[in-house]
Amino acid sequence: MLFLIIKRILLGLITLFIVSLITFVGTEILPGDACTTYLERQAFGEQLEACYIRLGLNVPAYERYVSWAVNAIKGDFGYSLSGEMPIKEVLGPRIKNSLVLASAAIFIGIPIALILGIVTALWRDKLPDVAISTVTIFAMTIPEFISATLLILIIAIWLEWLPGIVIVPTDVSFLELLPNIILPVIAIAMIMTAHMARMVRSSVIQVMASEYVQMAILKGVPYWKMVFKHVLPNALLPAINVVALTIAWLLGGVVVTEVVFNYPGLGRLVIESISNRDLPTVQALAIILASIYVSINLLADLMTLMLNPRLKTLQIRK
Amino acid sequence: MKLDNIYQEEKKSNFAKVSEIIITMASRPSGFIGLSILIFHLILAFISPYIAPYDFKAINPTLMLQAPSAEYWFGTDDLGRDVFTRTILGGRTALTITFFGSLIALLWGGLLGIFCGLVGGKTDDIVMRIVDAFLSIPWILAMLLIVSLLGTSTEVLIPALGFFYGKGIVRVARAATHDVIAKDFIVSARARGHSNFSIIWNEIIPNVRDAILVEGAMRWSWMLLGFSSLSFLGFGVSPPTPDWGLMISNARGLMSFAYWSVIAPIVGLSSLIIGINLTADAFAKALGIDRSTKAPV
Repeated sequence: MLFLIIKRILLGLITLFIVSLITFVGTEILPGDACTTYLERQAFGEQLEACYIRLGLNVPAYERYVSWAVNAIKGDFGYSLSGEMPIKEVLGPRIKNSLVLASAAIFIGIPIALILGIVTALWRDKLPDVAISTVTIFAMTIPEFISATLLILIIAIWLEWLPGIVIVPTDVSFLELLPNIILPVIAIAMIMTAHMARMVRSSVIQVMASEYVQMAILKGVPYWKMVFKHVLPNALLPAINVVALTIAWLLGGVVVTEVVFNYPGLGRLVIESISNRDLPTVQALAIILASIYVSINLLADLMTLMLNPRLKTLQIRK
Repeated sequence: MKLDNIYQEEKKSNFAKVSEIIITMASRPSGFIGLSILIFHLILAFISPYIAPYDFKAINPTLMLQAPSAEYWFGTDDLGRDVFTRTILGGRTALTITFFGSLIALLWGGLLGIFCGLVGGKTDDIVMRIVDAFLSIPWILAMLLIVSLLGTSTEVLIPALGFFYGKGIVRVARAATHDVIAKDFIVSARARGHSNFSIIWNEIIPNVRDAILVEGAMRWSWMLLGFSSLSFLGFGVSPPTPDWGLMISNARGLMSFAYWSVIAPIVGLSSLIIGINLTADAFAKALGIDRSTKAPV
């Protein structure tokens, strides 16, 4: 058990190490480096030399990687090119804002997804299932920027209920942020809920068809008692992993949603730093987003391990 | 399985098999809707240059932001260009790029996955670690970085998309290979002394083809979503080209008084993505593959 947990954490760390290598090598082999992209046409002679020395680009690549990695572990990602500010300070408020957005979406999304998934599974192929499933297919396939744009058009422009574009400074207090985040949260939660509801549905359907549930029906266990005591605990356990993967996948979608709503989070920073060719910030963002992905998956694996007594003795699923 | 069933299976030509799958797909309402939408879009993409009523890049300042009328069916945009013309042309670039991108993804992802599943051991471990690492970098960050450094030409976009959407196929192909690898016919092929290449080509590919094709069809719709997101963010095709993602991002700022120029590309893009999705779903069901418990990785 303890061995499995340690092994899982080690695998996650190895993945992060490879990610750091990929981003470092990637920014290295692509044409241009931080200085030439930043200075553009003035990238020659003294200015270029000065920039190389200022950013420490005049030492061999592997030495730079080692010193970058050592500092990154301490939480120091160096300086951003455009803002001339420590990346740590740029990231702090952005991470907080994105966390607010993501956790609100998750807290709203998961209960709704559970209810919808269970309802559609229990009334399979009946009217509630057909109606809800049609809506979920729409919600999960339409790109984030389209659903976000439609939300702004309908709720902010035509109905004028809520502000459509977030116009707040990056370091704003939570209460001031609240009315602004309702629409972005809806946009993100919609897609996530639809994905999760579909997975919960098929998981519940699978368990409902299993032999022990048939047995319970034959023995005359009351329907709802059977659903809550026998079906749901077994159906929801495998869903944890899939839910984690969905949340991690949405990191990409959050970027687009944040841009549409002009929300000052990590996602908009991704676009800003790439538009400004701010490679140090891009590297830091890649590592941070990958760490979020890895830790969400790790957490889900550990949760499944804790909750499922059968897995404690088996080798953990890859 | 009965013996005469096996014989019937062998007698069928490839054409008969494909048409049977398509009929099975279309017999479900969702599959029928998906197929019709997809076929409509494909036909539209082929004939739209010939039926487009106006020039897609003709700028006319006197016709800015006209509401839909008999002359301009979907109205005009902020530069006086006909929205109907641009909308029916808007899917061509996206469809072409993502179609060839999916083919590349299917090829390299599928073959690498099969290879890893077959050889196993150290090679497999190392490749899967690298694939995992690539999976944990958000697609949008990687795509944006490549596109912003190498440019947004078709020659860059197709391989870049093909590469990034293939890494998920590696896992699927590997898992599907693991399912058949222990079967008797592979063991006997090994015992007969066949090479790895011959085993992959003759024994494994026919058995994992369905799973990989379904995954590829699904990737197509995700790739289309990714490509349009890039266009929307201004990192996809360049401005005079009609493209739905780009049209939506341009028209978004003015949608409070010219909603038509944003609604038309929205309908075009959403219907195409839903069409491909429903078709891929129906394809999976017709081949008897359950995708409903998979996460979108």
